[in-house]
Amino acid sequence: MTQETLLEGWGRWPKRRCRVERLDPTTAHEHAQALKAGAIARGMGRSYGDASMHPPLTLDALGRNRFIEFDDETGLLVAEAGVTLAEIIQTFLPKGWFPMVTPGTKFVTLGGAVAGDVHGKNHHRVGSFGDHVAWFDLLCADGKVRRCSTQSNQDLFHATIGGAGLTGHLLVVACHLKKVPSAWIRQRTLPAENLDAAIQSFEANLDATYSVAWIDCLARGDQLGRSLVLLGEHAKPEELDAKHRSDPFSVPARRKKTMPFDAPSWSLNRWSLRAFNALYYRKGSAPPLERVIDYDRYFYPLDAILRWNRLYGARGFSQYQTAIPLENARDALAEQLELIAQSGLGSFLAVLKRFGPGSPQRPLSFPIEGYTLALDFPMSSAALTLMDQLDEITVSAGGRTYLMKDSRMSQKTFEAGYRGAVDAFRALRSDIGADRMFASLMSRRLGL
Amino acid sequence: MSAATEPVLVIGARSDIARAIATQYARGGHPLWLAARNATGSNRDAADLALRTDAEVQSFDLDVTDLAAHDAFLTTLPSTPATVVCAVGFLGDQEADAGNIDATQMVVATNFTGPALLLEKLAARMAERPGKSAIIGISSVAGDRGRAKNYVYGSAKAGFSAYLSGLRQKYAATGLQVMTVKPGFVRTSMTDGMDLPGPLTSDPDSFAARVVKAQRAGRVVYYDLRWRVLMSIIRLLPEKIFMKTKF
Repeated sequence: MTQETLLEGWGRWPKRRCRVERLDPTTAHEHAQALKAGAIARGMGRSYGDASMHPPLTLDALGRNRFIEFDDETGLLVAEAGVTLAEIIQTFLPKGWFPMVTPGTKFVTLGGAVAGDVHGKNHHRVGSFGDHVAWFDLLCADGKVRRCSTQSNQDLFHATIGGAGLTGHLLVVACHLKKVPSAWIRQRTLPAENLDAAIQSFEANLDATYSVAWIDCLARGDQLGRSLVLLGEHAKPEELDAKHRSDPFSVPARRKKTMPFDAPSWSLNRWSLRAFNALYYRKGSAPPLERVIDYDRYFYPLDAILRWNRLYGARGFSQYQTAIPLENARDALAEQLELIAQSGLGSFLAVLKRFGPGSPQRPLSFPIEGYTLALDFPMSSAALTLMDQLDEITVSAGGRTYLMKDSRMSQKTFEAGYRGAVDAFRALRSDIGADRMFASLMSRRLGL
Repeated sequence: MSAATEPVLVIGARSDIARAIATQYARGGHPLWLAARNATGSNRDAADLALRTDAEVQSFDLDVTDLAAHDAFLTTLPSTPATVVCAVGFLGDQEADAGNIDATQMVVATNFTGPALLLEKLAARMAERPGKSAIIGISSVAGDRGRAKNYVYGSAKAGFSAYLSGLRQKYAATGLQVMTVKPGFVRTSMTDGMDLPGPLTSDPDSFAARVVKAQRAGRVVYYDLRWRVLMSIIRLLPEKIFMKTKF
């Protein structure tokens, strides 16, 4: 039965009609070969751009969502790659376990988390998702399922983490969960009046378990880069209010809202954004600067609004996320923020974060030690031009752009950002025949 | 309503809908008895449900089309269950099945004969239990009117719906509730590859939650409202007009 479905990433640009089938390891290759095309596996479709779609064949991995084993001594969870972090949290948080690393949404599969080597607010302390993966089973181009870890099939292990699904189809993932004292986070807000203050704040708090900053990307002059740096620690039961102390792992259910339609394109403009950002900064800098909030509000504020990506209208948006090495971070970020503020195209969801050391053994893993800036641009030709300019600053500062967010960078920019690792990744793909079996819109755009 | 400690028997436990309904019951505290083909071997579904819900999960081998083996299957159960979910279903391939003796018999045996005969035996035992008991039969809107697209499967499901209706009336005076569930489009491996219309399609988990809620409320038929409306219209279309449509 051949059916085509219009797929899009979370940024809703680009959209393509794709032939979609369920990921069935026994037939996946047969179908790809019959179609004379590579295939890409897709989970929740939360990568923003074109990483999880391939018009000739996209394989839906969501049905493969069985938990296989959990060791409550070590916290090692073995599960099929279609299991989401939301399911993991629902099942294991009541017993005191939480993902070691979580991105800003819990609606991501284990497969997606590995393929994107996703990071969270604790990257400076514990690295990215791949640092907590013990092993995984990968359906390779030759039809064999290989167990990959730091002990066996090492090259494949490293290339797959952050490899955007281009080395094989992830079937089973074994990763560590961490023991937490409650489902609550003690959050401390440190207002920073400009970029330098924000960076100082991060550097002074490298021992915080979690840290992230909301940054006003429209402020200029002395206030360029003004931020609210948010630090977080897992709250102990005795730090909770009386009514939650006896049951520290239960949190009040949040009412889910759904963005019911695409916002009209005029609703976001430089005046409404500037007003929103100014208000948000003022409100965030006011006491109380320390409070205890549940994990859901802390880690996943946007998950409460299902389909929030419609906020940017039917044309979609692009999230620009860049990582700049420590030594160049301040100057390059200041230059980028100045350009963004001038353009008036920024959004209300700009995020600044200190990265710890990266993982050079993983060719396409995004994080490098330094700072990462992420912000959304409603899709327009002006935004595309601006992002090209931001790319130039990123590349000349020795930085790179995050593949899981990207839908538009050129092959040249990509190669300049990831350098020799790109050729190493290509060579590995061609050695194991992965270049013929696995492909996505993104791999074709970037010449992978 | 059966007490939360009573086990729930799930027949055809491999299907996505069965997994979702089993999860709902297990979260409510019910132990699970999962019956499926080769269920007692390496069984990922049982391990998954046990981890996901902390429920006690037991697996039983059952080929519902092996009619002679039904009695033996029933004797392997520790006791007569208070709740039975029958989620056996096999869509087949309309074009290949129509006119093919073995294929048509397979579709009918899986969707109708097997489940009907097994539920008949279970119902007789369950009605004798003290207190309330429930059978949930998963049928299909495909049985509401024969359509060119899937009438081999549809007619078997039509038969199953009629059988459930008969069982329901037969046991109306007892504590046995027989509930017919007619899923429309639920995103499952059965509907894989179909281009499903958004507003008429639900995901297995929210569908399962509504089914279990309906059972606990004592309902006899569970049918999404939108589907009830749509299928009423389709059913009421005069044959001469229906013939020319492409539903």
